Amino acid sequence: MSDATTAVAGTQAGVSQAPAGPRRGRAHWALADTLNITRRYLTHFQRQPITIAWQLGFPIISVLLYGFVFGEAMKTPGNEGDYKQFLMPGMFVMTMAFGFMNTAMGVAMDASKGVIDRFRSMPMAPSAVSAGRGLSDLVVACAELTILALTALAIGWRPDNGVLNTVAAFALLLLLRFSLIWVGVWLGLVVPTPQAAGSLYGVAFPLTMISSVFVAPSLMPDWLGPIAAWNPVSSTGTAARELFGNPGAGGSSWIEQNAVLMAVVWPLVVTAVFLPLAVRRFKRLSR
Amino acid sequence: MSSSDYAVFARGLEKRYGDKRALDGFDLTVEHGTVHGLLGPNGAGKTTAVRALATLIRLDGGRAEVGGADVAREARQVRSRIGLTGQYAAVDEILTGRQNLEMFGRLFHLGGTLAARRAQELLEQFDLEAAADKGAGGYSGGMRRRLDLAASMILAPSVLFLDEPTTGLDPRGRSEVWDSVRNLVTGGTTVLLTTQYLEEADRLASRITVIDQGRAIADDTPDGLKATVGGSHLEVVVAEAADLPAVEKAVARVARGATETVIAERRVQAAVTDRVAALTDVARTLQDEGIAVEDIGLRRPSLDDVFLQLTGDRPAQDRDADGAYATYEKTEAAA
Repeated sequence: MSDATTAVAGTQAGVSQAPAGPRRGRAHWALADTLNITRRYLTHFQRQPITIAWQLGFPIISVLLYGFVFGEAMKTPGNEGDYKQFLMPGMFVMTMAFGFMNTAMGVAMDASKGVIDRFRSMPMAPSAVSAGRGLSDLVVACAELTILALTALAIGWRPDNGVLNTVAAFALLLLLRFSLIWVGVWLGLVVPTPQAAGSLYGVAFPLTMISSVFVAPSLMPDWLGPIAAWNPVSSTGTAARELFGNPGAGGSSWIEQNAVLMAVVWPLVVTAVFLPLAVRRFKRLSR
Repeated sequence: MSSSDYAVFARGLEKRYGDKRALDGFDLTVEHGTVHGLLGPNGAGKTTAVRALATLIRLDGGRAEVGGADVAREARQVRSRIGLTGQYAAVDEILTGRQNLEMFGRLFHLGGTLAARRAQELLEQFDLEAAADKGAGGYSGGMRRRLDLAASMILAPSVLFLDEPTTGLDPRGRSEVWDSVRNLVTGGTTVLLTTQYLEEADRLASRITVIDQGRAIADDTPDGLKATVGGSHLEVVVAEAADLPAVEKAVARVARGATETVIAERRVQAAVTDRVAALTDVARTLQDEGIAVEDIGLRRPSLDDVFLQLTGDRPAQDRDADGAYATYEKTEAAA
């Protein structure tokens, strides 16, 4: 019992000697806090290998399913090239697009369990809570894209437009994922329970289907095609096809002609809208 | 004395949610190095008060200092001096106990080495070494509570907000947590304890504030509070419910206030001032009338009595004299 007392008193002394916090400056600690939160989420995967296996395995299964089940039956615009070549960039985009669900569920879980409240009661940078979540999401997205690309290569997908364009395509995919982090954080704080966040799949699925992910908008009914073409997800998909040199990038509408530009503009717009919303929602926790 | 001489000093706290006033001029003064109980029925404002003091919500009015720092203007200083447990803040259930403590340590800017050392210290102190590398989600209730306490103690906070620390624990877990809390206070921490268990407050707290409808309605030592309810209660339990009206009449003659009748337990009770005289008077009357008495005696009020009297939060048939009488007649008719 006296040991406990000494330990507490000892640490009190130790801590008052080491006020490293304020001396290093705010930016330093905001970054350090962010990296610590990132580490926390990545440790979750280490603690729950099944979760990461499922999260990384799902895209592989999707690639194989859609590639082989639909592969022969589906058409590419103008019947140029192989559907698999058309589909793979779409699968990359779909995986990035669905990522916001993981963000939303993780944030909703932390909010409902009181973990976010503990962070908020600590002398850490408040921005680190969401920034750390976002950074870990991007790390996971890189892992997902790597696994997807390897699987796609294994079943015959080929990017043949030079290294630079290939890198640019992956950068655009990550930019889309980045913008959706803020949608996820916002949704995670808006929904009442983690279960409610899970049910967002019902919204996410049609939003990704009505796009160029699986079928070119030009092959859809006249009323649906333009909606699909203007879906932000389509711009990233079309831009990726263009940069990878895969078939079906084209399309006659303005939005399809300027896919690479719009694959930059759309995520910036989404970020400009949802980042402030997420910040505001976070601040509303103090109400 | 200035406000910084206290661990918590709050005056006139206001917090509104729409039309509801969660805090309505709430005052609280907590002395350094003590356990201070905050009691109140559900919805009285306990949680709102603690969340405001812990900088989790902004106040609409009033001012509060915790550990000498203002919760509104110096939130960061407050945050470096407090610990939060229970429903106010949780640990990560996926991480292990050790990973939790190390993460929180790094977020308190201890640095990796110091955070790991502090985690080890706390695991030993709170008897969690055996489960240190297991996921916190699989911990038993008592272990989870101790991990929660340990996570709040990383910086040895000057003020610890402790929420219902023993709810759902078995007697052994309960006494373990109580020991931990007493140890913390010996180490210089001030504890603000919110609880539903009056027994717990009675055991741990040297002072208690009762909150109801967003205001502090009493603030005293446990003994002082019991004294305000009135010295003692006279209690009579009879064998036959039919005798209750006669007993009530006998008790009313010596009662300080209203008498109270609990039909189901065939019990009449009332606060009395002149203890022995009241007891002998009632005993003689009942003997003269030939009423079979099962039990008669004097009882010191518990904190429950204090709580019930102050907040008026009691079942209707006990509080409402007319209601109680109506139930009587039914009993009589049945008999």
